[in-house]
Amino acid sequence: MIAVFRRELNGYFKSMMGYLFSAFVLIFAGIYTMVYNLSGYTAHFEQVLSAISFLYLIAVPILTMRSVAEEKKQKTDQLLYSLPISLSGVVVGKYLAMLAVLLVPTAIMGLYPLILSQFGTVPLQTAYGALTGFFLLGACLLSIGLFVSSVTENQVAAAVITLVVMLVLYFMSGLASYVSTAASASLTALIIVAAVLCLVLYLLTKNAPVSIAVLAVLAGGLYLWYSQDTSAFSGLFSDIMNQLSVFDRFDSFVEGVFDLTAVVYDLSVTGVFLFLSVQALEKRRWSE
Amino acid sequence: MIEVRHLSKRYGTHLAVDDLSFSIDRGVVYGFLGPNGAGKSTTMNIMTGCLGATEGEVLIDGHNVAEEPLEAKKHIGYLPELPPLYGEMTPEEYLRFVAQAKGLRREESARQIETAMEKTRIADVKKRLIRNLSKGYRQRVGIAQALLGNPEVIILDEPTVGLDPAQIIEIRELIRELGKEHTLVLSSHILSEVQAVCDSILILSKGRLVACDTAENLTKLLKGREDLRLLTRAEEPAARAVLEKVDGMESVAFAKEDGLTAVDVTPAEGQDIREALFNAFAAARLPLLELRTEKTSLEDVFLELTGGEGQPEIASPSPAKENEEPAEAPKQEEKAGEEP
Repeated sequence: MIAVFRRELNGYFKSMMGYLFSAFVLIFAGIYTMVYNLSGYTAHFEQVLSAISFLYLIAVPILTMRSVAEEKKQKTDQLLYSLPISLSGVVVGKYLAMLAVLLVPTAIMGLYPLILSQFGTVPLQTAYGALTGFFLLGACLLSIGLFVSSVTENQVAAAVITLVVMLVLYFMSGLASYVSTAASASLTALIIVAAVLCLVLYLLTKNAPVSIAVLAVLAGGLYLWYSQDTSAFSGLFSDIMNQLSVFDRFDSFVEGVFDLTAVVYDLSVTGVFLFLSVQALEKRRWSE
Repeated sequence: MIEVRHLSKRYGTHLAVDDLSFSIDRGVVYGFLGPNGAGKSTTMNIMTGCLGATEGEVLIDGHNVAEEPLEAKKHIGYLPELPPLYGEMTPEEYLRFVAQAKGLRREESARQIETAMEKTRIADVKKRLIRNLSKGYRQRVGIAQALLGNPEVIILDEPTVGLDPAQIIEIRELIRELGKEHTLVLSSHILSEVQAVCDSILILSKGRLVACDTAENLTKLLKGREDLRLLTRAEEPAARAVLEKVDGMESVAFAKEDGLTAVDVTPAEGQDIREALFNAFAAARLPLLELRTEKTSLEDVFLELTGGEGQPEIASPSPAKENEEPAEAPKQEEKAGEEP
């Protein structure tokens, strides 16, 4: 794990990627600090963080696209498979290297509230709380990017898919408010989601009977539940969408609340996607 | 050292490896030989834990690769068909990374990297980026990587493929050198290579092990059957007419070769018909340009065992040579026609 971590970190800072990522985040952080805090006379640094969270849409793919996809393309994954290290060690090593890169601009941004406090009263607790939230949000999104990279074959595909996923997550809560809250609409949407999941299952396993059986069980279960308790379905789908909106968790930090549920949420999402990345690597060994 | 038991690997409906069982003993150099697609790489990938087997198991020093991968992998160094190198690193950094991943301590790692670089002779390029190195050097960096951690078994998948003749010789020497200290398993579709460096040969065909023995023993298998090869300017019907007068032949096959007629004759058991053949052709006033006894070589064993599919390459691979032949043949035929 340590070997992989060191190799990756070296890789980020030997190529342009690490610097590009830091520069990208810092340029926008600087501009927004100037606009909000210096020109706008507000003492709240968390507003800057809230405004620049959209940076992750581009910054995350930059950092994650290469990580596993490039190994597969260059066939260096064979080395990782043949070395006496576990695949979870490989994934965690890679992920920690990404976190370390993310830590660089985050640490530099940590100086901003201190600098600002020289010229007035800055609520430091909420500023640093929000910065922690900002880092956690990034950590969470990086794990998703790492997973996408581990299921794609080249870095361009990884970058594009990660970008799309980030966009969907970013606009998720906005979209959720447009989704019909009718119970039947929720049912239809959930069945479509079940169908898509089963299609993915089929593509991964090439096992038609099992995929169809799973779809039948899911759709049947949903329909049974719907016929038992129709009221539970009203607004269910938009609720689910809201629950899945990773970016929304950051809002409570910006409002000055150090939201422990959000911390747990981010850590759980990270855990799930790291686990899935390990499984994706493991699967590759079995069905290639 | 390594036990492979009833190994099978299925890709969809295609059976790449079919119930393969063999064992690798300490201190022996093994060669996997087989036409392309015989399952050599797949077998090696499974042995090193890079690929999961559909059925069967691989035990390395008593450790099952699938169940105790970390313990099992400590005993092997593997160079896959395509050396898994990071182009943006230098050989030195790369080897340091591998050494660390193999769990070597700092001093131990420095010492082993030094020895590995010395053995593979890459010390003079250790500060250059791997992506700028020539194929021969990359191959050696790949071998150096496999040597780290001083594993008992070193597995090399087609170590000389894509190298120029001088590099091939160097790599072969290196392999011979390594064979003195390690158990070595290497794969190749080039016969002479396996013959030159391996103590024991495993011939694979269509995912099955068809033979496993020393080179001499394999050749002996088919000894005692000595075919004759005749080369004459006469056309096939004329040659056939002459051959009909000779007794003691089991089978006859005709072929065109550079505008001449080549005849492969298998004499009946224990018959020497060379003189009879000479006299028959002389009587018909058809000069024989060549009459020679074909000794069974490892190549014949190979072809016999693999059912003739996938010709092995006798020397270094040169696809250009194969392409030239059909193009040249008609030209020479014209010449042959003009001469009389």
